Amino acid sequence: MSQTDFDLVVIGGGPGGYVAALRAAQLGLSTAVVEATHLGGICLNWGCIPTKALLRASEINHLLHDLDGYGFKADAVSFDFKKIVARSRAVSKQLSSGVSHLLKKAKVPVFEGFGKLDGVAANGRRKVLVSKKSGTPQTLTAKNVILATGARARILPGLEPDGQFIWSYREALVPEEMPKSLLVIGSGAIGTEFASFYRNMGAAVTLVEVAPRILPVEDEEISAIAHKEFEKQGIKIFTNAKIGTPKKGADSVSITVEAGGKTETITVDKIISAVGIVGNVENIGLEGTKIKVDRTHVVTDELCRTGEAGVYAIGDLAGAPWLAHKASHEAVMCVEAIAGKHVHPIDVTKIPGCTYCRPQIASVGYTEARAKEAGYKVRVGKFPLLANGKALAMGEPAGLIKTVFDDATGELLGAHMIGAEVTEMIQGYVIARTGELTEAELSETIFPHPTISESMHEAVLAAYGGALHF
Amino acid sequence: MATEILMPALSPTMTEGKLARWIKKEGDVVTSGDVLAEIETDKATMEVEAIEDGVLGRILIAEGTEGVPVNTPIAILVAEGEAVPAAGAATLAAPAVTAGQNGPAVAPQAAAPAPIAPTPAAAKAATGARIVASPLARRIARQKGLDLATITGSGPNGRIVKRDVENAQPAARAEATASPASVSTPPSAGGSRLVPHTTMRKVIARRLTDSKANVPHFYVSVDVELDALMALRAQLNALADGEGEEGVKLSVNDMLIKASAVALKKVPTVNAYFTEEGMLLHEDADISIAVSLDEGLITPIIRKADSKSLREISLEAKSLISRARSGKLKPEEFQGGTFSVSNMGMYGVKDFAAIVNPPQAAILAIAAGRKQPVVSGNEIKIATVMTVTLSVDHRAVDGATAAQWLNAFRTAVQSPLSLVL
Ligand SMILES: Cc1cc2nc3c(=O)[nH]c(=O)nc-3n(C[C@H](O)[C@H](O)[C@H](O)COP(=O)(O)OP(=O)(O)OC[C@H]3O[C@@H](n4cnc5c(N)ncnc54)[C@H](O)[C@@H]3O)c2cc1C
Repeated sequence: MSQTDFDLVVIGGGPGGYVAALRAAQLGLSTAVVEATHLGGICLNWGCIPTKALLRASEINHLLHDLDGYGFKADAVSFDFKKIVARSRAVSKQLSSGVSHLLKKAKVPVFEGFGKLDGVAANGRRKVLVSKKSGTPQTLTAKNVILATGARARILPGLEPDGQFIWSYREALVPEEMPKSLLVIGSGAIGTEFASFYRNMGAAVTLVEVAPRILPVEDEEISAIAHKEFEKQGIKIFTNAKIGTPKKGADSVSITVEAGGKTETITVDKIISAVGIVGNVENIGLEGTKIKVDRTHVVTDELCRTGEAGVYAIGDLAGAPWLAHKASHEAVMCVEAIAGKHVHPIDVTKIPGCTYCRPQIASVGYTEARAKEAGYKVRVGKFPLLANGKALAMGEPAGLIKTVFDDATGELLGAHMIGAEVTEMIQGYVIARTGELTEAELSETIFPHPTISESMHEAVLAAYGGALHF
Repeated sequence: MATEILMPALSPTMTEGKLARWIKKEGDVVTSGDVLAEIETDKATMEVEAIEDGVLGRILIAEGTEGVPVNTPIAILVAEGEAVPAAGAATLAAPAVTAGQNGPAVAPQAAAPAPIAPTPAAAKAATGARIVASPLARRIARQKGLDLATITGSGPNGRIVKRDVENAQPAARAEATASPASVSTPPSAGGSRLVPHTTMRKVIARRLTDSKANVPHFYVSVDVELDALMALRAQLNALADGEGEEGVKLSVNDMLIKASAVALKKVPTVNAYFTEEGMLLHEDADISIAVSLDEGLITPIIRKADSKSLREISLEAKSLISRARSGKLKPEEFQGGTFSVSNMGMYGVKDFAAIVNPPQAAILAIAAGRKQPVVSGNEIKIATVMTVTLSVDHRAVDGATAAQWLNAFRTAVQSPLSLVL
């Protein structure tokens, strides 16, 4: 009989859960993972990775339609949409099986099934009941349990995904054919990425946002630049908008959009609803425990502890920001704390966020407005990519790098970027913020030339009165 | 290969702890699993075990040291026969509190201010240890006038980061976050301000509380006439004038230190520590002199004051006091001492009683000398009189002995030739 008692059982095998298991194994804890559907979670299967594979295709499509500017000529450029989607699925599959290998190598057994807390055994250990599609449920016992069941799309009434006209991110990732027109509800990272993907593949796209601006969590100036760039690309944008109930026709769907005192009826092939997510808190045995749930998320302290001793919650289940790297970092911190190591709670102002639309957006820390709200006297530096040699050489002049410093101490409070490759560059500012570098060290850092990252240096100098090339 | 032994965390939230005791000594051969030391927090005590075989090459953190950040190297383990590398990272000297048999670090003074131990600053500066801090923390510390050496780091490997320096001081932010519950009187409209304690203030608070709570004090006062001593001082200083540059101007305090040393020689049972095992009687009169600083008090020591000339005492006292004020004392210059003198004469006080500076048995409080009528025989004459009060640990010294000591002190002051002979 195989082992059923562990130091740690992790429920959920996403970037929170599987990373927790890998770290626990490294630290010598006997560990098991319970996963209901697919290792790698939303991130690898229905989130970060497949979207990036699709967005890469749409970037290529954009370039292929912009060849003239680089001196190329190609006739009859076309694509096979099924192949593009198939490639995205293949990448996901490759990574998901990669996770399976990593766990095997770490000697972490994976129990396929739906896990739930099931009280405490006579010997004081926590019980986890694993239900499988067929066969009798199995009980595991463990000293510690980490809940990492993740989240799913929030569904607004009237906008339930129907597989035909109304999509959540799931359906939007595996379309049968290329829609000619769509309307995306919600301009957070997920909505914006789908809008960008489908627009760059050639669809007519409308983006609708209830807040006064798109990408509402980003710095206002970044939102404004994104807005302008998207409109230039032909995306129709409504902000401060209210939507009506969709009316489904034979082969299209209509919906009213009320914005700026006008109401418009928009008819499209598909509607993508991207209005946030809800935590997977149901049926995992929280009832009757001291574990609290607040608006679909498990309540934890700064070390991911729930109301029950020995039960932890991490990742999307435990609340915002809903990002894979936040889930993985919490996983490591939580496991290290369980193993008795000294850990540091996460500071959300040090977690970067990226949106892989075109142009890309990346940020960390305080926006200018939030820094002022927090009472800082700020120094702001800005540098447009238009003044950057590499950006021009690449043919990617759209964008801005913006830094926000605390005038009193030189602390880098936040950094906000829009432009080509910025998602690969933001880590420079994240290191600076985490390592508590001030403008002095950043100014003294030598950046390679020519790179787009030189703009990061210039944006620091600009905050202190001296961008050299602008 | 030499390996550093790090301060362990007893719990996920522990950031620092006390190195309570070293079980192994430098040079001891240890095998994996041996208990090396004991660590304490306010909640728990834990043993630090060796995870490798070797020799305890060097102890970096002395026992008794409090507030040692988690992950700070506390010792270096080397292979047998291997040379011990130069002390690596942060080397904190033991705070004076550990005095133990070296004697007290500090002399508590009057009911008013009090004693002090080396702040981590003094200790780190003295040992020249590297301070690991983020650039931002360094800058904020500079802006607030904080000494990084006094601050405990909570970042990776004990690195001092922004939150440490922000928490290290009062300022507007601390004020804003001080919960009303933690302040006994709610701030009035005029405003109250919560100033977080410096390390020195914490040591003063702890040591004096310990002393007052655990040492059974009693107090004996006498009046002492100063005229003869001042006349002698005037003569000696006139001589010194003739010596030009070389001349040393004596202060009354220098002479009273010497008088204390003379009295300790006459009544040696006062020159003692009370210990559980027995009375520790000291050969030398190592006199701790209380020096007040803006932030508290420190007590540098004039060693062997009994066998030093007034001139030597004077030179040494001047140097110690000025280095105390500039924070440049070495730990051994204020750790130890067998008897304390606290002089508040310059503040014009009539009399006061000081708190004993454990493990010392007594401390002498000196008030201001004032002209007043005294009866001599059947006549009234004018004399300069000061009141001195001896505070005594009754476990070590009884009333009669204390009185004997004060008489010896008075004789030395009123017939001061014994100070120069
Ligand atoms: C379209 C899209 C794009 C995204 N892009 C990005 C991006 O670019 N960058 C980024 O950082 N984040 C992105 N995210 C968010 C990211 O996917 C999540 O933050 C991340 O997956 C959270 O990890 P997790 O481990 O907490 O949960 P999940 O990844 O949701 O994993 C939870 C796992 O638990 C399993 N499970 C649930 N309940 C049970 C149970 N009771 N028993 C057993 N197993 C169970 C699920 O099957 C799942 O595999 C994106 C999300 C979406 C939807």
